Amino acid sequence: MPENTHKNPVIEIHQLVKNFGSQRVLDGIELNVYPGEIMVVMGGSGCGKSTLLRLLIGLLTPDKGSIRLFGKEITTLSQKELNEIRKQFGILFQSGALFNSLTVGENVSLLLKEHTNLDEATIEIMVKIKLELVGLRKHADKMPAQLSGGMKKRAGLARAIALDPKILFYDEPGAGLDPVTSAEVDQLIIDLTKKLCVTSVVVTHEMDSAFTIADRMCMLDQGRILKIGSRQEFEALRDSDPKKLHSQKDKLIHQFLRGDAQGPITERKISRDYEDDLLMVNVKNEKQ
Amino acid sequence: MKDSDSIPETPPKTNGSHRYANSARFIIKAVCKFISMLGGMYLLLGDATSVAVKGLLISDQQIGRSSLFAQMVRVGVRAIPIVFLVQMAIGMIVPLQIFPKLDEFGQAEQIATINAISGFREFGPLMTAVVLCGFAGASIAAELGTMVTAEEIEALEASALNPVRFLVLPRLLATIIMTVMLTVIADVVIIASGMLTAYKLGIDPDIYIQLTFEAVGIRGFATGLIKAAVFGLLIGLIACFLGLAVKPWQGSEGVGHATTNTVVYCIVAIIVADAVFTLIFYSYGLFN
Repeated sequence: MPENTHKNPVIEIHQLVKNFGSQRVLDGIELNVYPGEIMVVMGGSGCGKSTLLRLLIGLLTPDKGSIRLFGKEITTLSQKELNEIRKQFGILFQSGALFNSLTVGENVSLLLKEHTNLDEATIEIMVKIKLELVGLRKHADKMPAQLSGGMKKRAGLARAIALDPKILFYDEPGAGLDPVTSAEVDQLIIDLTKKLCVTSVVVTHEMDSAFTIADRMCMLDQGRILKIGSRQEFEALRDSDPKKLHSQKDKLIHQFLRGDAQGPITERKISRDYEDDLLMVNVKNEKQ
Repeated sequence: MKDSDSIPETPPKTNGSHRYANSARFIIKAVCKFISMLGGMYLLLGDATSVAVKGLLISDQQIGRSSLFAQMVRVGVRAIPIVFLVQMAIGMIVPLQIFPKLDEFGQAEQIATINAISGFREFGPLMTAVVLCGFAGASIAAELGTMVTAEEIEALEASALNPVRFLVLPRLLATIIMTVMLTVIADVVIIASGMLTAYKLGIDPDIYIQLTFEAVGIRGFATGLIKAAVFGLLIGLIACFLGLAVKPWQGSEGVGHATTNTVVYCIVAIIVADAVFTLIFYSYGLFN
């Protein structure tokens, strides 16, 4: 949303680096997310997008760089200060991550009981409101094990919005859902963003849903950001003729957006030592 | 995400100094792992204690009574029949083993003394704790491990809820309380079973009871219960630590590993702790 860019960003990521052992998972990430927009972070499996999300919510600490939420640097906060910030955002995990020993209603009310001073009756009303927003009000007394995958996602969403967060993070909201349910969840994300005026960061590799919900998009590959742009820019890139694209980056994004089986991403994966591998014995003999 | 569990790779040559270097490295690694585990459990215990103290002092930080009660039922109630059965066998085995020798000396009625001392001070707490290793330890480790893989722990942390307060403390308290309570049951069963056996061997129940009380006063009873509390703490601590130490990407294999390790480590820890206790009581003359 270009009209938002003059506002102060809600999330500022600067020169973010994260290593796992000797492997560099994120390498110099620069990303700003502005209030009220839906930012979709895309990328293939293992490109570091889930790691980015875990860094944003403070479950991992970066090796270098800074993350600022609401203008506050979160990488150096104490556990207590971090928890205060955490109350201002909600997360929808890939599997829903409902607390299995609690009913759907209790999953939502737990946060309200712990983090607010509201009385029982108010909390009950709040829980009903949140569950109605995701269409699960009639299922409040069910255990998570009794819910289908889509319902779990929706219940997880109800829990994520329990404290009226200012930022919502989604980790693969469409993963493991059928197309219709996935589309419903997408619609829910758009509705909630509008109704609750929250800023959303969605991590996904499903292009249909990405193009449905995004205001701006960001393409991540091998720990680096290839491109940040509006949805229109990405749509234009997707629909353009690959022969007219000159930079390797654009070709790569083009392949990813269209889900083509051939292109720079595939070429990168083709191993050239296949013949050697098949003739393993010979190789070993030569080495010795 | 370096896997600290992995055994160092076997070098291609297994002869000469390589083999020694390899086994030395393996031993050093195992020792380091053991020390880091002890350190981790110490920290977990510290966290749990501070949460417990806060829970007592600050009213809105209380631990849920319902979750504590649920854990106590789960840990203890189901284990009652097994404890009953095991301790009944112990109460019969010990007198029968020792009876012929005592009878030779004309001291047959002393089986009451021996059964009382071995029962109250050793087998009561020890065998109860061993039964609970399986009942409580394995199930707690499996449950927490599964919660890690289902992102539930991350969801708790990201919602600014402390997993130690919500998950570890109730389980820790439940195992302590239930080990003590089951030990009381065990003591009664051992004496009853011993008395029945002695009666069959021709010893008057009145004399049996009298000798039992002479052998074990309130002090002997109390030392048994103190032991039981420590065993319960060890079971809860090891199970919680190993359960939470499962990494999300380890999946069901990690959970299985944690469960098996919990049972093994618990049994070893309990027996070592028992030896230490006995040594301390003996050297300070607390036995009589």
